[in-house]
Amino acid sequence: MSERRRVVLVEGTAKYRIAVAVVALVVLAIAIAIPYVMPPFRVFQFTEVLMIAIAVLGLNLLTGYNGQISLGHSAFFALGAYTTTVLIIDHGWNYVLTLPLAFAVAFAAGFLVGIPALRLHGLYLALVTLSLAIVTPPLIKRFEGVTGGAMGRSVPKPGAPGWTGLAQDQWHYFVVLAITAVMVLIARNLVSGRIGRALRAVRDDGLAAETMGVDLAIFKTLTFAYSAGFAGVAGGIFAFVVGFVSPESFTLVLAIGFLSAMVVGGLSSISGAVFGSLFYVFVPVYAADVNDALSGVIYGVALIVVMFLMPAGVVGVLRRVRGLVVDVRKPGAHGPTVAPPVVGRDLSEAAGVPATSSSAEL
Amino acid sequence: MVAALLTLAAACGGRSNSSSSSGSSGSTASSPGITDTEVKLGGSYPFSGPASAYGAIGKTLEGYFKYVNDQGGVKMGDGKTRKITFTTYDDAYTPANAVANAKRLVEQDQVFALFNTLGTANNTAIMDYANQQKVPQLYVATGAGTFGVNPTAHPFTTGWQLAYPTEAAIYGQYLKDSKPDAKVAVLYQNDDYGKDYLNAFKKAIQGTQIKIVSEQSYETTDPTVDSQVTNLAQTGADVFFNVTTPKFAAQAIKKAGELGWKPLQLLNSVSASITAVLKPAGFENAQNIVSATYIKDPTDPQWDNDAAMKKYKELLPKYASGVDPANSFGVYGFAVGETMVKALEATKKPTRDALMQAVRSMKGVEIGLLLPGVKVTMDGTKDGYPVESGQIVAFKTDRFVLQGKLIDTYEGKSGTLGA
Repeated sequence: MSERRRVVLVEGTAKYRIAVAVVALVVLAIAIAIPYVMPPFRVFQFTEVLMIAIAVLGLNLLTGYNGQISLGHSAFFALGAYTTTVLIIDHGWNYVLTLPLAFAVAFAAGFLVGIPALRLHGLYLALVTLSLAIVTPPLIKRFEGVTGGAMGRSVPKPGAPGWTGLAQDQWHYFVVLAITAVMVLIARNLVSGRIGRALRAVRDDGLAAETMGVDLAIFKTLTFAYSAGFAGVAGGIFAFVVGFVSPESFTLVLAIGFLSAMVVGGLSSISGAVFGSLFYVFVPVYAADVNDALSGVIYGVALIVVMFLMPAGVVGVLRRVRGLVVDVRKPGAHGPTVAPPVVGRDLSEAAGVPATSSSAEL
Repeated sequence: MVAALLTLAAACGGRSNSSSSSGSSGSTASSPGITDTEVKLGGSYPFSGPASAYGAIGKTLEGYFKYVNDQGGVKMGDGKTRKITFTTYDDAYTPANAVANAKRLVEQDQVFALFNTLGTANNTAIMDYANQQKVPQLYVATGAGTFGVNPTAHPFTTGWQLAYPTEAAIYGQYLKDSKPDAKVAVLYQNDDYGKDYLNAFKKAIQGTQIKIVSEQSYETTDPTVDSQVTNLAQTGADVFFNVTTPKFAAQAIKKAGELGWKPLQLLNSVSASITAVLKPAGFENAQNIVSATYIKDPTDPQWDNDAAMKKYKELLPKYASGVDPANSFGVYGFAVGETMVKALEATKKPTRDALMQAVRSMKGVEIGLLLPGVKVTMDGTKDGYPVESGQIVAFKTDRFVLQGKLIDTYEGKSGTLGA
């Protein structure tokens, strides 16, 4: 397609804003339509997608934006799940009100784990967090009085309030959709503007960032804490949506699942978390339909194929496709930008984060 | 934004599609999952993961129901003959996956009943859901006492096999008869399964001369139980009650042999497997080990001319070619499958309530592959346990040999045996 045929949108203009709003409305409409057009089990799966997306979003803050690798996010997820479980069952809390505490507990744990992250890089950090993931299930079993040990605990699933006229699965979906929206807003606020630039600067060159006045220690530990907090919220949702917590649900496999979902969706992208979670939830189901015994192999092959065809994740492909149709420019810029943001698809960038600020976008 | 979203959602109202699967059905209309020609069942099994050996049960049942359909189907109590569609999904032995599978079976595949889902934690995880949805959760593949102890609280859930507390009581009775002053050392897995056995055993020996001199527990994540067995051996106990899963059972039997500790060994039926436990432990260490069983052993020559066993050995290779006929999981699958068919035959109306009624009023039903005299008997809300009799077996040379008589004194009493 020739350069002239592309629609040119300049950031900040009315035309640009309308385009963003239209895409955002379409996405919202689809999100709201899902529980009305899908059967209950599908709705449950989409609720799972949103839940996983929150955890992946948190991991993305850490890995995608800040360059730290964690194989231990299943631990923070578990922490959130058990926090919510204990508050609902033993203290009679409202399920939604448990989530801020699930966030806070995981946040605190993440902050503590983030401290060694100051000295450890890359593989070494990955190893420390790996041990976190491995020690989680046995640890849960040891604290039997609180966690229910190996047998786990059943969590009562909240029904829909009568005034909504919704079925339980629909209600869960909307509650989780609303929570996801809140978490996306928090993530967007974190990665856009000053903090986001600092995060990326730390990732790309810590020393240079430090000379620019970025406090490395604070930024790295806080990023870890926020990231863990997101996983904690997802874990809290898991507790009341699935309705059962037990140690086998929080193994290393889950942590690796988060990582693969993040990479499939696209690093350093907020919408990528949703695409990655779609992959995480739906591909194993279809793989098992093909062959029960080979489902793991099929999932693995699918993962490899996706990474070959879309090395920058689903979002990378979407950006390319969009780039063929639309040319988004900064006010005053004349040529096409290096990596045009995905309008509406990526809330962080739709909000006006400079797409060319670093190589972070892909 | 959140408020706007919720208001919008509320304004749209509930699902307009009224054929939603959930909700109870009237007594006249038929329940979801059953037509005049078909009845749908579904189960969740560990086809992958650490417990995938149990997947053989699911595969056997798929084959068994195919055989039933090839014979024309099952003639139910309302006079209509229906084919059985049995859908299974893999849960890799994790409860969260079992929950998702149960939802999928009930809401997407719209099964008439959940049947034989495997694992204690997995069934615990879906028990509340099944009862809320009023979907039968039948003949679950676990011996935990919890699935039969309170039929009023969980009217749609039943176990099938000899419950762990009942088995423990049988060992208690066996010791009272053969070793009334036994000093017992217990090794148990530190979870509900292990404690189910231990507590019922303690209750069974109350008021006797039998004493537990030492208890040692282990976690499934422990690499070995060597130190526990060493501790137990030092007590000089003359009975070793081995409440462990296969890997640990083999380790414990082997270690006891190495230490030269030669007590009477009671091995829970969970691990009474020759291929998975006694062979790796060494037959020389396994001689005279005592266990309890309620199904026919496919390797026992005593059943070579038994009609049900002959049929089993003929049909299994044809309908479930991946399962070794010598594997007792195959026998288990055929027996529980036959029980399900008998329950359907007794169901008078095409509803879930009618199915539960039929299940809970089964009396003295004989199943071909259960030991002679073992009968499936339930009694409304009074007796929630289908199989409650068992017989002692002892390991001689290279196989288990039945000992004494069938112990059927616990019929209708399993619920009182646990702690």
